[in-house]
Amino acid sequence: MPETHVGQSVFRKEGFDKVTGRARYVDDLTFPDMLHGVTVRSPIARGRLRGVQFGDGIPWHEFTIVTAQDIQDIPGANCVALILEDQPYLASDTINHPEEPILLLAHRDKYLLEKARRAVSFDIEPLPAIFTIEDSLNRKELIWGEDNSFKSFLIEKGDVDAAWAQADFIVEGEYETGAQEQLYIEPNGMIAIANPAEGVTVWGSMQCPYYVHKALIKLFGLPPEKIRVVQAVTGGGFGGKEEYPSMIAGHAALLAWKAGKPVKLIYDRAEDMVATTKRHPSKTRIRTAVGKDGKLLATEIDFVIDGGAYATLSSVVLSRGTIHAAGPYNWPNVRVRSRAVATNHPPHGAFRGFGAPQSIFAMERHLNQVAQTVGLSPEELRRRNFLKPGETTSTGQVIHEKIDLSFLLDRAFSLSDYHAKKIRFAEFNAANSTEKKGIGFATFMHGAGFTGSGEVYLSSVVGVEATPEGRVRVLTSNTEIGQGSFTIFSQIAADALGIDFDQIEIAQPDTANVPNSGPTVASRTTMIVGKLVESAALGLRQTLIASGLLGERYSADEFAEACRQHIAAHGELKSFSKYEPPPGVHWDDEKYQGEAYGTYAWAVYVAEVTVDLTTYETRVDDFIALQEVGKVINPVLAAGQIEGGVAQAIGYALYENVVWRDGRMVNNQMTNYIMPTSADVPPIRVYFEELPYAFGPSGAKGIGELPMDGPAPAILNAIEDAIGQPGIQTFLGQIPLMPETLMKVMTTGGGND
Amino acid sequence: MRAFLPDYELKIPANVGEALRLLNDEPGIWRPFAGGTDLMVLLEAGKLAHKRFVSLWSLPELRGIEASDSHVTIGAMTTYSQIQRHDVLRAEFPLLGEAANLTGAIAIQNRGTIGGNIANASPAADSLPALMVYEAELELISAGGSRVVPYVGFHTGYKTTLMREDELIRAIRLPRLTAGWRQHSRKVGTRKAQAISKVCIAAMAKLDGVTINDIRLAYGSVAPTPVRAWKTEVALKGRKLDSATIQTARAELLNELKPIDDIRSTADYRSRVAANLLVEFLNRLNQL
Repeated sequence: MPETHVGQSVFRKEGFDKVTGRARYVDDLTFPDMLHGVTVRSPIARGRLRGVQFGDGIPWHEFTIVTAQDIQDIPGANCVALILEDQPYLASDTINHPEEPILLLAHRDKYLLEKARRAVSFDIEPLPAIFTIEDSLNRKELIWGEDNSFKSFLIEKGDVDAAWAQADFIVEGEYETGAQEQLYIEPNGMIAIANPAEGVTVWGSMQCPYYVHKALIKLFGLPPEKIRVVQAVTGGGFGGKEEYPSMIAGHAALLAWKAGKPVKLIYDRAEDMVATTKRHPSKTRIRTAVGKDGKLLATEIDFVIDGGAYATLSSVVLSRGTIHAAGPYNWPNVRVRSRAVATNHPPHGAFRGFGAPQSIFAMERHLNQVAQTVGLSPEELRRRNFLKPGETTSTGQVIHEKIDLSFLLDRAFSLSDYHAKKIRFAEFNAANSTEKKGIGFATFMHGAGFTGSGEVYLSSVVGVEATPEGRVRVLTSNTEIGQGSFTIFSQIAADALGIDFDQIEIAQPDTANVPNSGPTVASRTTMIVGKLVESAALGLRQTLIASGLLGERYSADEFAEACRQHIAAHGELKSFSKYEPPPGVHWDDEKYQGEAYGTYAWAVYVAEVTVDLTTYETRVDDFIALQEVGKVINPVLAAGQIEGGVAQAIGYALYENVVWRDGRMVNNQMTNYIMPTSADVPPIRVYFEELPYAFGPSGAKGIGELPMDGPAPAILNAIEDAIGQPGIQTFLGQIPLMPETLMKVMTTGGGND
Repeated sequence: MRAFLPDYELKIPANVGEALRLLNDEPGIWRPFAGGTDLMVLLEAGKLAHKRFVSLWSLPELRGIEASDSHVTIGAMTTYSQIQRHDVLRAEFPLLGEAANLTGAIAIQNRGTIGGNIANASPAADSLPALMVYEAELELISAGGSRVVPYVGFHTGYKTTLMREDELIRAIRLPRLTAGWRQHSRKVGTRKAQAISKVCIAAMAKLDGVTINDIRLAYGSVAPTPVRAWKTEVALKGRKLDSATIQTARAELLNELKPIDDIRSTADYRSRVAANLLVEFLNRLNQL
């Protein structure tokens, strides 16, 4: 019997191909007679499309040209199927955001194609557009539905209205977060072959093959078996390849259908940044009642996100943000009102954390304000209010895990030398007029898997298949996008089967060959899908044992022999496992009450900063990320997830500012959209606590999104610690906190404008 | 790539004479192409309006760094990497190497040239303020001969220069007069590497005890061209270096610089940080 693999930092399954350049990304693929495609987009934010002109000097007869009219000529529908069906593949009449796709071109020569793209112009009668949450809420223009609102939620716990009278203090604050670009290393791209005889096949960069599958069924009106979606090796996603690939796949397929030839449609960085989804900007108002003993009595949270021009995933992003808004605290009374509103920005979409980083930023900044008002340290205020086993979250979910947040806080403070540094920095600051140092922290939780009944609706299925040689292939639609999921699945399957890691293969996600195990999102791949891998593998083992071909203990050779004999006798040897919710989980989608998630990961992050008073730049000097994530399946990969997430969140907090002009991102290049480099990122020291979760594989929980939640508030809390002066309220309520904003705060005392 | 490549032409001349003849015979048709670190970005983005270029990359006449008793002469095609490695430049003109070290990535430093940087005339170019405080001279050559012009004054407006269409920059000459001067530079670009300046300073001063004997201040990214802060220099020259002088100079600089808002930063930030950078320099002089 080989030693176990779970808990070991085994090498990445696909790592060798990636580092040697053998891995084939979509732009590496080519087909005979293939054309290149390009998308022609709206130059303005809102208007009515009156006509199209094709300029001189281009041999237009050589081009395949697709407009909304062509979609009317096929049986399907001109909408990207996701949640609501409001977003067209190609605008036909109304333009709702800058860069909205209007027309598609394909040609053999991709340089001539670019020249042709520039020669197309549109007659658009402009309509007034709106770009802010306020203008949308005030219905300055009505641009979507009856009230510009994609979705709203209300969570009620206890009696908030009755609590104000008992409060010793009432603290109010307003917090804002900006858009953020995912900046996966590989821009989006797809190749399609599509014709009436064979149906539609696409290869591309994506997180969720079955989302693309569903969208193409709707677009072409074809039966599911006539649509095939294959994931090519994908260079990162972070949520940015959750929904938008359905759009690109549809475009490539429409061109291929009309041309009768394969079409490759690859975005360059500028197009990817300007046209595809980003993190939802948000605005949060919080009003909190607190006793003079520091007991949190009630909070009323108003959380609004800017969804952009179409509904896409905004309702689900809003849901996660709403549920996470109250944080890991024992509030007796909570009201969270939340809305996702329409603007004429390109639709905002999925991005690691999915609404939670926005509302957690607000609460973790707010509690520092509350602490200041009450006269307690940020630490003491939180200790007096941490959620403990037996207590309930804002949705009334009873915490059954043996989580001890005060212990996590103690450990994080000890690892970061928090208390000693507080003293040392105060001395440093008193003696130094050009630099100020500070230390701050945030405490938070993140629910893993789909919200509420989401996993039940998904009903994910995973398969495993044995070969006569005793190798086992895992069949899932979950994608490897840089996070190491193929390695994790292999570790889990190898241990469940008692065979070696190298005997496990992971099928490349291809809807013709793998079952629908749901999307690769929501920190669900290890915890939910990994559990299904484990049970499918155990099922295979049971089959072999029950058939008498295998004993309870066996060698690799015996396992292979058993597989060979079983296949010889019965044909293919497969085992499938379907998602079953853990017992006792109830969720009320109407009242937003109950078990919002099967489990949560819990964390305390501590940031140490230096603020340069000459340039108002903030440097993060040290970072401690301590989290409880259940069983760690692969320590190197888990730490890598946390380090990468923290680096991305440092960008969110201090560097990455989307500059909008009339609803369009104007700094859509990496020279002007400043993501931090390795020279800007501090040592990120990652530590785990492990409380095994009964319904995760070997006790694992999800971790992918968690590290995005905590760094921004921890860093701003540290900046406040650095530059704050007794008696002067320095209000930092906005990210990204660019040096320009910090300058304004420090020189005029007001940052939000 | 967003450019239609067949529209472009890049000619590789056998020697500098041939390059100058092309520029002379068809004025305005041909433009110099140095390291290409700016032009290739425009090409990739489909924004390179000019179509015909003559490559200067392999012309030995435009390469090399030579030190005489009075000057260091830097060939226009000298790369940022070469500048950083040159001993005399490191010892006497450190601001140039500091700027070169912060320009783009290492691959850009291996390809980008000092002459190309001058001719490209970006107000955000990192090495140009250093050339301003070193009072560099440019040797311009054409088919008709050559001339030497002071670098200060070379930029006449946003992306415009004194250079004629038939001319090339052959070399940059730096007078070896930095002994006894204190030198300082700082680039502010929000991130530590691969940044474009929001504001940058190159400064040098000569002190006589606590009196500022002479001072030169130059800034990038605060005007349509790199600029010397002449009025602020005047306000400082001959003055005692104390807090009153520093405050006067700060006020003068805020009055003198008129930066703008753009995609990278704001006018307010640039003004205040430019002033803070001046104060930082003067305070350091005070501490030495």
